Amino acid sequence: MSSATDTRRPRYLSDNPRFLAGLFMSPAVIYILALVGFPFILAIVYSFTDISTGNPALDFVGLDTFRAVLADPVFRQALWNTFWFAVVANLLVVVFATALAEVLTRDFKGKWLVRFLVLLPWVAPVSLATVTWLWTLDSIFSPIDWVLRELGLITENMYWLGRPELARLSVVAVQAWRVIPLAAVIIMAGRMAIPGEIDDAVAVDGAGPWRRMFQVTIPLLAPIIAVAVLFGVILTISDMSVVYVLTRGGPTNSTQVLSTWAFIKGIEGGALGQGAAVALFLLPVLIAITAVVLRLARRREVM
Amino acid sequence: MAVVEVRDLSKHFGDVVAVDDIDLLSDEGEFLVLLGPSGCGKTTLLRMIAGLEQPTEGRILLGGEDVSGLPPRARRVAMVFQSYALYPHMTVSNNIAFPLKAQGVEAGERDTRVKWAADLFGIGHLLHRRPRQLSGGERQRVALARALVREPTVFLLDEPLSNLDAKLRAAARDDLMEFQRRIGITTIYVTHDQVEAMGMGDRIAVMDHGRIRQLGTPEEVYHHPADVFVATFLGSPPMNLLEATGFLLGFRPEQLLPEGIAHDDNDRVPFTFHVNRVEYLGSERYLYGHIREYDETKIIAMLPATVSLPIETDRDHNFSVSRRQIRFFDPETGVKLPPQAL
Repeated sequence: MSSATDTRRPRYLSDNPRFLAGLFMSPAVIYILALVGFPFILAIVYSFTDISTGNPALDFVGLDTFRAVLADPVFRQALWNTFWFAVVANLLVVVFATALAEVLTRDFKGKWLVRFLVLLPWVAPVSLATVTWLWTLDSIFSPIDWVLRELGLITENMYWLGRPELARLSVVAVQAWRVIPLAAVIIMAGRMAIPGEIDDAVAVDGAGPWRRMFQVTIPLLAPIIAVAVLFGVILTISDMSVVYVLTRGGPTNSTQVLSTWAFIKGIEGGALGQGAAVALFLLPVLIAITAVVLRLARRREVM
Repeated sequence: MAVVEVRDLSKHFGDVVAVDDIDLLSDEGEFLVLLGPSGCGKTTLLRMIAGLEQPTEGRILLGGEDVSGLPPRARRVAMVFQSYALYPHMTVSNNIAFPLKAQGVEAGERDTRVKWAADLFGIGHLLHRRPRQLSGGERQRVALARALVREPTVFLLDEPLSNLDAKLRAAARDDLMEFQRRIGITTIYVTHDQVEAMGMGDRIAVMDHGRIRQLGTPEEVYHHPADVFVATFLGSPPMNLLEATGFLLGFRPEQLLPEGIAHDDNDRVPFTFHVNRVEYLGSERYLYGHIREYDETKIIAMLPATVSLPIETDRDHNFSVSRRQIRFFDPETGVKLPPQAL
């Protein structure tokens, strides 16, 4: 007990840092292994089989599942939509979130109320928020149509979710609406990190608001905007609730995205192997985007 | 070049009065220092002159023209900030060119003037670097070049030396003075460092609680302080103050000298100085103690190294102060009084 080596060993188990480290990390590790790791490995295994809800035997068929998936024109439509929805939605997100961040870092009356309202779309569960959009875009009772009708801009209803082009537009708009709050908060944090003396220097140097925005503020925010885009793209690509609730991929698969197609094919259609293959198709895409944006963020490091 | 004039200027932040009814008039080409403790309103005053802060009341005139309502870009002022506020994503060249671009100066002319400003501050070889690749002193020069490239009428500096280490600061001060003399531009310089203020200012405005307590040359504010605040804020150690009947009397620590050494002035007031402690600082000695005639008020005397007389502690010594160097203040208001009988 009296030797030097003894004193280094904690007397109680609860004083042992290695034991404590394991203990405190275990909930997170168990959670990730059970709810992310296990299904992930299962999906990889399934994607090489022809497993279905009717025949749950694991018969390995090599790459046949992937070939079948790729040959399906709906899959290609979904892949194309996933890409374009993410691009257009996140362009909207960057524009609106940057503008919001600029406004919300100013001092004005009722700032806290506005900040709260801006955050609301993010706080509401995606599926619930999307249901309200479903009503808002309803083919008969849409309040948007009502307003446009009253203004005399339209005579017939728009059928927002019934026509392929308008349905795509609606999905993109709702995705952007959903991601803007998060992006705005991220960009706002970056905006507040720009020293006030920089803004003062811009003012004394004689630059107007546009020059400040495009030559100083946005270049300085670029790394933070990249992070916001990273989150936005991942959120829009991996999300299935918006499309599923609004259109179920319709009309005639014109708004189908990979995540809804994986769900419809694998769970509703019972072709678990093909569903898994479609879902896995997202993985390299997401990894690639993450790598690109992270690299971008590192290169544009400032201050 | 232009003079800066401030009339009845006030700035309130909610209930806080940052600047309280200030009048100030600079000379043409003058180096005017705003000196005061933190929170005295000196930076707020400077920011109002720059147009970064709108006054609650009062007017600001630059070169005789009322600019009170105008934004900074319409005022032709240049400002150097404490942190320099260089644009981190731009090269030195683009930093200096930024005010010119904002003014719509065309590219050829811009290059010429960027080069002129860069050469003026000896940073011509740094034009393609980014601010984070520069040392503190180089950043300061870039900030100065960016400020001066537009040929402003007034030059405003907000504690531009406080981010430099002590060694660099003396050199930077010297540089700054030289540029200012050469360009001859009216300069307003904010600092809390009295050494900077004394060394650089043509005149010093000593500020406290949003008001200018005294405006004068370094000699005036040091030797003839307008009130007790100025007397004790300036000087290190500050002026000694003793309570006499009906007034306060004050003298600088270096004026209290032992009897028995040669004085250049024979009209001297004697004091019995009880020395408690001697601090030896190389170039001078600080003597801590009190004057027998004035109770226990603690005072400090500063003896230059040229006075080698040994001073024993815990003993009374015969010291004296030249009568001309004694200042008098009102004990209630703290304001300067004419000489009183001693």
